This record gives sequence, C-alpha cells and structure tokens, in this order.
Amino acid sequence: MKRIRFNQQEIVFAVFALLFLVFSIFLRGFLTADNMLTLLQNVAVLGILGLAMAIVVIGRGIDISLIAALAVPPGLVLQMVQNGHSLPASLLTAMLLAIAFGLVNGWLIAYAEVPSLFATLATGLLLAGLGQAALFQLDVVQWSSGMDGFERLGQGTILGIPTSIWMFAIACIVVAFLLRQTRWGAYIYAIGDNPYAARVTGIPSRPIIVLQYVITALIGCFAGLVMAASVNSMPTRIFNSTLIYDVILVVVLGGIGLSGGRGGVLNVVIGTLVIGTMLNGMTIMDISYAGQNLIKGVVLLLAVITDSFLNPRNEETAQQGDI
Amino acid sequence: MKHIGSPTKALVAVLGLAAMAAPALAQQGLDEPFQKPFKEALAGKTVAYVPVAMNFDLTEGWYAGLKKELEPFGVKFVIRDANWNTNAGAQAVTSLISEKPAVMVVHNPDVQTYAKLLQRAENEGIYVIQINMGSAYRSSAFVGANWVEIGERQTEGVVKACEGKSNKIAIIQGALSAAASAYTLKGVENVLAKHPEIKVVSSQAADWDAAKAKAITQTVLKQNPDLCGIVGFWDGMDIGTAAAVKEAGLTGKVFVATSGGGERKGACELVKSGAFDLNMSYDVPTQASQMAGTIKWLLSSGVKPGSIKGSEYTTLIPITKENADNQMTCWNLSDLKK
Repeated sequence: MKRIRFNQQEIVFAVFALLFLVFSIFLRGFLTADNMLTLLQNVAVLGILGLAMAIVVIGRGIDISLIAALAVPPGLVLQMVQNGHSLPASLLTAMLLAIAFGLVNGWLIAYAEVPSLFATLATGLLLAGLGQAALFQLDVVQWSSGMDGFERLGQGTILGIPTSIWMFAIACIVVAFLLRQTRWGAYIYAIGDNPYAARVTGIPSRPIIVLQYVITALIGCFAGLVMAASVNSMPTRIFNSTLIYDVILVVVLGGIGLSGGRGGVLNVVIGTLVIGTMLNGMTIMDISYAGQNLIKGVVLLLAVITDSFLNPRNEETAQQGDI
Repeated sequence: MKHIGSPTKALVAVLGLAAMAAPALAQQGLDEPFQKPFKEALAGKTVAYVPVAMNFDLTEGWYAGLKKELEPFGVKFVIRDANWNTNAGAQAVTSLISEKPAVMVVHNPDVQTYAKLLQRAENEGIYVIQINMGSAYRSSAFVGANWVEIGERQTEGVVKACEGKSNKIAIIQGALSAAASAYTLKGVENVLAKHPEIKVVSSQAADWDAAKAKAITQTVLKQNPDLCGIVGFWDGMDIGTAAAVKEAGLTGKVFVATSGGGERKGACELVKSGAFDLNMSYDVPTQASQMAGTIKWLLSSGVKPGSIKGSEYTTLIPITKENADNQMTCWNLSDLKK
C-alpha cells in the first residue's frame, strides 16, 4: 500500500529543472558557461547564509540576527583597517565579536530558554544598533588601502571559477562535514527532531544549542567578508533590508522543515539554485522590479501549494511550530 | 577732472586731520546698527533636523555643516532620525510642529508623505527648509540638487563615451519609490529622446544596494560584453556596479557615470582608481552653508513663514579624472565635523 510521494526537495528540484529548461530554450545567452558562473556567483553569499541558517533550523531554531552577524563584524574589520589597525588584528577582533554574539544568542536560547525567534530578533537589533551607534562612522564602510589583497576573497577567479563560488563550495563542505560526519552534527539532528528525547538520552542539548548559534554567527561573518570583498565596501544598512527573508526562503524552499531535524546541505544548494536561476533569468529578460516580485511570489506559492497537495498535513505528524 | 580736483584735495585734507584725531575717536567706536538684532534673532533659537536617516555621508555632512555655521550664534539643534522609516519621519515632523522650533530642515523620503505636514508647520510659524529631496509642498526654501539635471548630465557623459562604439547602455536605478530616482530617470529619458541610436539593454532598480547593483551589472555584462556605458543613480550603490565592471576586466571600456555627495572616499578616490568615470557631485558642504545662510536670512528678516518661497538648486561639480586630485573637489566628513 505504498504511494509514490514527492517531498518538497524533489518538487523544488523539479521546479528548478523546469525553469532551467525553459530559460535554456527560450532565453538567448542563458545557457552559456559564463552566465552559469555569474548565476552562481550572484547567489553565493545568499547560499552561505542559507547554510548558516540551515544549521539552526535543523536544530529547531531560527536565527533572525544572521544579517547583523553578516554586517557588523565584517564592517568592523573595514572600519578598523580604515582607522589604521592591521588587517590580522581587525579580523581577529571581528571573529571574537562574532563568537561573543553567538554565545549571547546561544545562552539566551539554551539557558534562559527564550524562544529563538524573539531572542535573535532582539539581539540582531542590539548588534546592528551597536554597530551604528558605536562602531561605524557611516552606514557604508568603504574599502581602504590597508585591505588591499583581501578583496581576492570575493573577486577574481581561481581556475576560471569566481572566488565567491569557491567560498560557497568550501562552506558547503565544512557544514556537510559538521552535520553528517561529526557527533555534534548528529546531536543537532537529534535535538531538532525531539529536544526532550534528546535530553533524556543524555545529549548535552544546551551546549550543543550554544554551539549552533556560535557556528551560525561565524558563518554569517564569513559571508559578510565575502560580500564586502566582492563589492569593495560593507553597506551595514543591509540589516534593514529584506535579505533575511530571502535566506529563510532559500532554506524552506530547499525543503528544510522549520520544525527541525530534517534536511541538509543539499537542500540549501537546491534552494539557492532556484532563487539564482529565477533572478538571473529575470535580469536577462529585463523584467521590471514589480514584475520580478510578482513572479517570485507566484513560483514560491506554486511550490508550497504543490507540496501541500502531495504531502497533506495530518494531525498525527504535524508538530507545533510547523509553518 | 579739474572741477572735482579741489573737493578731492579738501577731502584728503579732512581725512588727514581725521587721521590725526583718530586715536581719540576710535575709543568711542561706532555701533553697527544691524548686528545686534541679528544676534538676538538667532540666539536661543532651535533648528530641528529630520533626515531620512543619519549615518551616511550626505545627512552627516549637512548636519556637521549646519552646526559649524550656526552653533557659534547660540542656535540649538535637535535631530529626529527617521532611520529609513517614513512613518517614524512623519511622526517626528508631527511632534516637532507642537514643539515649535524656529526652523525645520527636512529631508523628504518621497514627494507626498510630509507635504501636508510641512504646510501645517509653516502655518504654525515654523520656517521649513527642504534639503535635496523636496516634497509636493513648496516651503520657504528648497536647497538641493536638480535630479533631472543630474540624470541629463550623466547620460550626456555616457552618450559621448559611446560615440563610435556599440551604443548599448544599461541603467541602474535606485529604489522605485524614491523621488530622486524617478527624477533622475526623467533626466536620462530626456537625453535618450534626443539620441535614438542609443539602445538601453537593461534598466533595473537595485534598491540603493551595492550587492544587487553588482549582480545586475554582472549579468548584463555577460549578455552584452560590448556595453559602452552605465548610468548609475548613486555612488554608494554603484560601487557594486564598478566592482562588476572591474571583475569583467572592462574598466575603462565601459563608462560608469554616477552621482553623490562628493565625500572623498566615496567619490574622488573611486574616480581616481578608475571605478567611476564621472561622478556628479552635489557638494554637501556647500549645500550645508547655503542652508545655514538661508536660515540666518530668514531668522533675521522676520518674514512670516510661508509668505516667501524660493529655491536654491545646487551647482553640480562633475568629478572626473581631471579634477579628482584637486583638494577642493571633494570633502572629508571627519574634517567637516571638527
């Protein structure tokens, strides 16, 4: 009595394949090696952020403060170098700031037991506000000559492939290794699947939750450095943008359930590819801004509706927190 | 000459006598009759400043420039930072109307939101000066860039650079809701109407976001490697546009025109590095001094707020490789704040 069922990952992959096929046939200049690299390059930072978000979402959390971690520590690097500090010292400071930020998030969620949505909403505002009030002179922190050479993190190519794609690939490998090959990764899945059962079995849930948020903040900081290197500046105002929704979109579209315990790096990659293909195709077609939003919305709705048709919810498997 | 010869001599003689008697007279001095009322008109007055957000070169520059000019006269400042939130800005203006500052310096997020409020403010006896982004209501003074002109001059630069080349250009707009972006686009259209040979291969909004501008430019350049020019709408965003051009190895081949407040790191240094070929600057310190001058004039004149209305469009400085090295072309925020 087995029915053929598609999960969301497969549905989204089908959407991606369909989009890709349609663009390849009808859009001149889409299916070229150069354009494929551009497509990937444009969503590399989004992909890295998706990986960071995936870690906490798999552990049944969410990190709304991710964009603050992307903007503030890397912005601090640029600002410190501009003020005459050395690059290594600035990088170290930024890393310590990211770790401290992750620890605060983790502590609030694991020990103070504040729901992750509210905790990170508040801490994100706090960090962004701190940056604006105390760390940066201007919203856009400009590149200075002390940073020369560092832009290679986000610009240029290695073996013909843009560096930011390599960075995404490296991040994918690191996160995949963490989630699939280490005991900590297995714990994250266990906590995401059933936090109470995980605790009863003797998994150190609280330290693992703290660890998740520290790693997420560090990956966010890394994504920020790649972004800053890629555009030669750090527009810290990006915290006020809707980027965080795009990140959540990548994760959810890729099939990592917000109820935790499911999905992996592959899901993020698929989610990122769908968004990248859509953006790239629409830019080539020179579709207006409003039109692009409309199409994005329709595609997302289609994916979600198809999923709920093929995998109808039932009272027994639904969990609180399912979206 | 002869007729006036003798009176002149007489005058010299009188002056000579006066010079001899001068030490005695100078001790009494002569009161200049207008300076005291001027000082009284300014001392203790409040100027309220409502920018769309602080923390970027334009709004920080205006504020520093205004303070430098007016604080020595005992003028007090209050800032209401709208922080990119139109509602917060409208609330700030509303509450300021009841607080009754002498002058409001307002940076509009769009044409409509504050228009009625500003009219009310002037009816209540507050002078309203609008900076760089005007509203539909014309207040005592508008100081700022003519966005249509900026669009026109940028496009003219790009069209000129395209002569004998592919004639393919791209336009990177700001946010669609922003009046500055729409006005600039109008300027671009004005020039393009005269040049039917120019083909716009892409015209997209990048939301004032450098990363988005870079992504769009990269895709456009891959599709049109023979692109000859890009009209960008703000240098803070077009740093991404320029990064995409540089990565494609097309710096110098694709003419990048943009505009901004002329802060050194964001403007002159990027023109020098070749990232931008033309940056239309609306020189923020000059705008700040013009505003300060207008405030001094309005306060000392005692005219009824709203009874006179005028505009001071900024004289634009086109920053190119020729003048980017000149110390006077750009300004440093840190120096202005001193």
